[in-house]
Amino acid sequence: MNEILEKKQLNPTVKMMVINAPLMAKKAKPGQFVIVRIDENGERIPLTIADYDSEKGTITIIFQEVGMSTKKLGTLNVGDRLHDFAGPLGKPVEFSKDTKRVLAIGGGVGVAPLYPKVKMLNEMKVSVDSIIGGRSAEYVILEDEMKKVSENLYITTDDGTKGRKGFVTDVLKELIEKGNKYDEVIAIGPLIMMKMVCNITKEYNIPTMVSMNPIMVDGTGMCGGCRVTVGGETKFACVDGPAFDGLKVDFDEAMRRQNMYKDMEKKALEKYEHECKLGGILNG
Amino acid sequence: MANMSLKKVQMPEQEPNVRNKNFKEVALGYEENMAVEEAERCIQCKNQPCVEGCPVHVKIPEFIKLIANRDFEGAYQKIKETNNLPAICGRVCPQESQCESVCTRGKKGEPVAIGRLERFAADWHMKSKEDKIEKTATNGKKVAVIGSGPAGLSCAGDLAKMGYDTTIFEAFHTPGGVLMYGIPEFRLPKEIVQKEIDSLKKLGVKIETNMVIGKILTIDDLFDMGYEAVFIGTGAGLPKFMGIPGENLNGVYSANEFLTRINLMKAYDFPNNPTPVKVGKKVAVVGGGNVAMDAARSAKRMGAEEVYIVYRRSEEEMPARLEEIHHAKEEGIIFKLLTNPVKIIGDESGNVKGIECVNMVLGEVDESGRRRPVEEKGSEHIIDVDTVIIAIGQSPNPLITSTTEGLEKQKWGGIIVNEETLETSRKGVFAGGDAVTGAATVILAMGAGKKAAASIHKFLSEK
Ligand SMILES: Cc1cc2nc3c(=O)[nH]c(=O)nc-3n(C[C@H](O)[C@H](O)[C@H](O)COP(=O)(O)OP(=O)(O)OC[C@H]3O[C@@H](n4cnc5c(N)ncnc54)[C@H](O)[C@@H]3O)c2cc1C
Ligand SMILES: Cc1cc2nc3c(=O)[nH]c(=O)nc-3n(C[C@H](O)[C@H](O)[C@H](O)COP(=O)(O)OP(=O)(O)OC[C@H]3O[C@@H](n4cnc5c(N)ncnc54)[C@H](O)[C@@H]3O)c2cc1C
Ligand code: SF4
Ligand code: SF4
Ligand code: FES
Repeated sequence: MNEILEKKQLNPTVKMMVINAPLMAKKAKPGQFVIVRIDENGERIPLTIADYDSEKGTITIIFQEVGMSTKKLGTLNVGDRLHDFAGPLGKPVEFSKDTKRVLAIGGGVGVAPLYPKVKMLNEMKVSVDSIIGGRSAEYVILEDEMKKVSENLYITTDDGTKGRKGFVTDVLKELIEKGNKYDEVIAIGPLIMMKMVCNITKEYNIPTMVSMNPIMVDGTGMCGGCRVTVGGETKFACVDGPAFDGLKVDFDEAMRRQNMYKDMEKKALEKYEHECKLGGILNG
Repeated sequence: MANMSLKKVQMPEQEPNVRNKNFKEVALGYEENMAVEEAERCIQCKNQPCVEGCPVHVKIPEFIKLIANRDFEGAYQKIKETNNLPAICGRVCPQESQCESVCTRGKKGEPVAIGRLERFAADWHMKSKEDKIEKTATNGKKVAVIGSGPAGLSCAGDLAKMGYDTTIFEAFHTPGGVLMYGIPEFRLPKEIVQKEIDSLKKLGVKIETNMVIGKILTIDDLFDMGYEAVFIGTGAGLPKFMGIPGENLNGVYSANEFLTRINLMKAYDFPNNPTPVKVGKKVAVVGGGNVAMDAARSAKRMGAEEVYIVYRRSEEEMPARLEEIHHAKEEGIIFKLLTNPVKIIGDESGNVKGIECVNMVLGEVDESGRRRPVEEKGSEHIIDVDTVIIAIGQSPNPLITSTTEGLEKQKWGGIIVNEETLETSRKGVFAGGDAVTGAATVILAMGAGKKAAASIHKFLSEK
């Protein structure tokens, strides 16, 4: 169970893995996530189901190496097994039958959770324009996959090394000002990006779906650590989300909460990297 | 000859000032001669009021007599006849409101220390006897048990003994339920829970972890897979919050999250274990039950300098076990009684810096039979803290009720069952423990698991 069948480096910090999980592959739907534990005492980390294949019985995860647990995950190879793999968790996304045209916006590794939703829309025969962005050319992921399921694909990079120089929000503004009409916008990426997108779509009153990524423990509604404020109400992202109405999300609170363990996470990472170095020396 | 001392034989404990810095067990248990001496305090009442006081009717005078006669293994076996988890119940049962509350010896002086004796017999057995576990030949019928807390464990154990091919599905990566993630090591060593789980496995029970039922499989899927009956023992894991301003500030935890990080994820050993927890120097725990005491005492052990219990009624109304309240005080936990939080205050970066409270006075008796606390006007005051832990209760998680058609539940989420059989509104689906009653006790959950196993046996034999 849960053997790594494929591994691919998508960019300097993002890796993709295909995991053997037949039962889960039958149940997974776009918008859901898994909780992964790498070893005996590992942290429980949530990762979006970026793709699934119920016939092959596989689940694809795409993750950015940001701290100790994701870096450790990145060291595993084809043939290794994940210690724990629980899911599919969270609510699948839903779209109304009246949705005809959607604008999908993904920033950085956020394109990974965006992709299954766009793919689903595409299967529903909804026309989707997509904007994907990254710091520079090498950080733009899933370009080919997104191209296949999008009517128009726009790419932005902060430094202009690929596509347009600028932010995804620049293109968003242009498309709206050009007169494009969208029934809905989906935005997934760093909190600050989702906040900026919502600031614009709020102005034009376009329903906007975002996917929240708060710190989680259980992922089943048991701890309340993942709470986010939506429309003045407290929600648990792992069971009520992770997708929410972006126009109602309190992003400032979410950003603050995400930084709760910054100093401790740094410590864990330093310790891990130190040990890796030592390990490296010892192993020659 | 009966020992007529008015007091229980004392149980050795770690010194308060030592133990509030470690996670090792607080109460060390009786030695043989202490147990015998205490057992001799039981006067073997003909009417056995104590037995009625125990939710699973442990044959109390009989097992105590066996201890007095130094037949410790016999005592253990006697308890086991009705209680699957004596080492656990002896440690965590609220004896003062159950078996010991009605003990004849308690009319004058202290009651017989039934819980301590139960624990002694169980510990003695665990130390001295290799369990000879014999697998019952399987009858080929498959039963699914959802959740591995005391309800699920005891249901699965009894089913396996009756020959059912039993599989437990557990959402977490570790089985045990609250016994593992909630109740801390210093009250209930995880090794004991692990032993119970290991012996279930030896009985042939299969345990599948990381299986969130309602997500990966529904109850209907389980029937499709050939399970002929299902027991739901999913507990009451949904934490309640107070709904006051500031609850989403950094530094506010539900007790569930705080205790799970420490117990299950071993955050006490950060960064050797990667899961962090923020404890801070001053901690307020809101609530007055066992969960609140556990959170407060854990915070102290994690290095907090000042830990407050903030509770809106008086000590008399506290639902926690007497022993836990007593231990918490000894360990330096500060009790702010008749105090109710109205607001959590944050600093400019969104971290908790205080909790605003009002004083309460006790008024009329309310539905719960306790005097209702009412606010005292103009008594607002702020307690400086950097962490707030909310321990005001949990309700059943809706994951299963919301994904199972025809499964009726109460407005507050509890699964509705026939009290005689524990069968739910769905044929072949039984439920028990906190999932049915709301947050209750280990012994009641265990008893429900046993009862459900008997009902499932009846149901499948008649099928
Ligand atoms: C529903 C959901 C889906 C996600 N999907 C993806 C995905 O598809 N790809 C991806 O790269 N990342 C995803 N994330 C984020 C991912 O879980 C974190 O990057 C990861 O947990 C970081 O762990 P770490 O030890 O490597 O880093 P740390 O050093 O521990 O933390 C780095 C950052 O990650 C966040 N983080 C830390 N612990 C957790 C936790 N237990 N849960 C959530 N966030 C945490 C912190 O805010 C911190 O800023 C998702 C998060 C959620 C909640
Ligand atoms: C901190 C704390 C201290 C306590 N102290 C005491 C005490 O001193 N004395 C006492 O008698 N009682 C105490 N209690 C209460 C007691 O622990 C509970 O009443 C008892 O554990 C309930 O047992 P249960 O089997 O019904 O549920 P639980 O122990 O809650 O177990 C339920 C299990 O089901 C799993 N589960 C939930 N949903 C799903 C799903 N969808 N699919 C699969 N698995 C699922 C959970 O992960 C969990 O493992 C305490 C509780 C807490 C939280
Ligand atoms: S199970 Fe609990 S209530 Fe019953 S005798 Fe033992 S300690 Fe007392
Ligand atoms: S009531 Fe007390 S003294 Fe009487 S039999 Fe029970 S334990 Fe013994
Ligand atoms: S992660 Fe614990 S409730 Fe959502």
